[in-house]
Amino acid sequence: MPFSLLKYGLSSEYPAEVDLPAPKELKPSYDVVIIGGGGHALATAYYLSKYHGVTNIAVLEKAYLGGGNTARNTAVIRSNYLTSEGVRFYAESVKLFRDLSNEFDFNIMYSERGQLTLAHTDATVRAFRQRAEVNKHFGGRTEMIDRQQIRELVPTLNLDPGHLPVLAGLWHIDGATARHDAVAWGYAKQAAKRGVEIHQLTEVQDFVVENNHVTAIRTNRGTVRCGCAVQAVAGSSSLLLNKLGIRAPIHTYPLQAMVTQPFKPFLDPLVSSSALHCYVQQTSRGEIVIGGGSDPYPLYNTRSTLDLKESLLAHAIEMFPFMANAKLMRQWAGITDMTPDYSPIMGLSPLDNYYLDAGWGTWGFKATPICGKTMAELIASGGKVPELIAPFSLARFSTFQQVNEMGATAASH
Amino acid sequence: MHCPLNGPRNISEFTYGGEYKPMPDPRQCSDSEWADYVFNSDNRAGLVTEWWMHNASSYWFLAERHTVTDEIIRTFDPKEIFTQRIDFGADGSKETTA
Repeated sequence: MPFSLLKYGLSSEYPAEVDLPAPKELKPSYDVVIIGGGGHALATAYYLSKYHGVTNIAVLEKAYLGGGNTARNTAVIRSNYLTSEGVRFYAESVKLFRDLSNEFDFNIMYSERGQLTLAHTDATVRAFRQRAEVNKHFGGRTEMIDRQQIRELVPTLNLDPGHLPVLAGLWHIDGATARHDAVAWGYAKQAAKRGVEIHQLTEVQDFVVENNHVTAIRTNRGTVRCGCAVQAVAGSSSLLLNKLGIRAPIHTYPLQAMVTQPFKPFLDPLVSSSALHCYVQQTSRGEIVIGGGSDPYPLYNTRSTLDLKESLLAHAIEMFPFMANAKLMRQWAGITDMTPDYSPIMGLSPLDNYYLDAGWGTWGFKATPICGKTMAELIASGGKVPELIAPFSLARFSTFQQVNEMGATAASH
Repeated sequence: MHCPLNGPRNISEFTYGGEYKPMPDPRQCSDSEWADYVFNSDNRAGLVTEWWMHNASSYWFLAERHTVTDEIIRTFDPKEIFTQRIDFGADGSKETTA
């Protein structure tokens, strides 16, 4: 062993493993151009190259890989949604997440800790019953638990915060967390291995549309022709759609989150409360991640506001009073593309060869694998919409068939 | 934010009410035109005109705001745009009282 190590060290062709090949010039033409370089885009590229044999793909990212909402979410994976459409979709995603580390041969630090949502009112208890039943029906593991069980699960939790005593909890055993950067890197590495070109610092500026087809895409590094294109750009969705003249019901809001100093492990499940507009989890490094609802008005900016920090922290301290002494380490914000019904917009666009993966608001990370898989199916089949994402079409808003997903974020309603 | 009625107040005293967009005539327009009005949005990154309400006085007004810098350029009373009372009667009858 020491000898081989010495040989490795002295080798002239230093055999270092390259995760992503060095950037090349853009080719004049690609079969598929994926706009955006976050988890969803990279997952789509990966599933296209691995399962559908499509490898002439360019991923165009305006900044750096996974630097947008992929790295800004609070890394919650769960499927305890309200609608049957939502539960089926996200349950499939949770299944894919479980196998990702193996599939990548790269540890995404998937950790199944369970997620606990607190009910403070009778109305919430009723809604939770419904969610538990819908979840069970679709094979998820979700159940209602009482105060005693909550106390056993999370001894540090204050069960009587001010005027809002905890009545019951929705215990989602499949709830999990994972390292969000690793998910993006894993997909990127495996896709690049199969010939997908990933171009960072490449911003899409305009489109060439002929006969209802996107034929070419202008970027700051030149123009590329494309067989078809897909956008997966989260907070910037509307900006691209406006360039194409596609109308969509998307509003862009910032969402602020923060982490405290590290503590000894004290909190295993992810805990959230819709009445207190707050969710709390402890990372494997011991830091406490605190997140809440979106900002009260739209903005394309990741600035921080004292108002929101104050109200969020006040609620976090009501749940875990000992945190009053904690120091904040970092805060950040992501720009979320919210839809009126809290469901994504996926699938076909009014243009023939342009596909949408937008409207992911505050619930995009947990859908990364299934989103990539179904978008890949859609692209490879030349526009045949997979059944799983059919309810999420853009057209639902002109036919008044929204998918009202009130379980979408733990905090904002 | 400068409230046209109450002067400068903290932003936490206000509620955002959505972007200002001209309403198509509900009796004349098609379903898809109405859906476009209700749901769709330009969601521009730049200068927009929006509805805002001052919570304590329930006073609705319009504001021009930049959605990237969060700068409020101008706030003004809706009288500047709405010079006539709009009649919402379903069949055109005068159900509302002036």
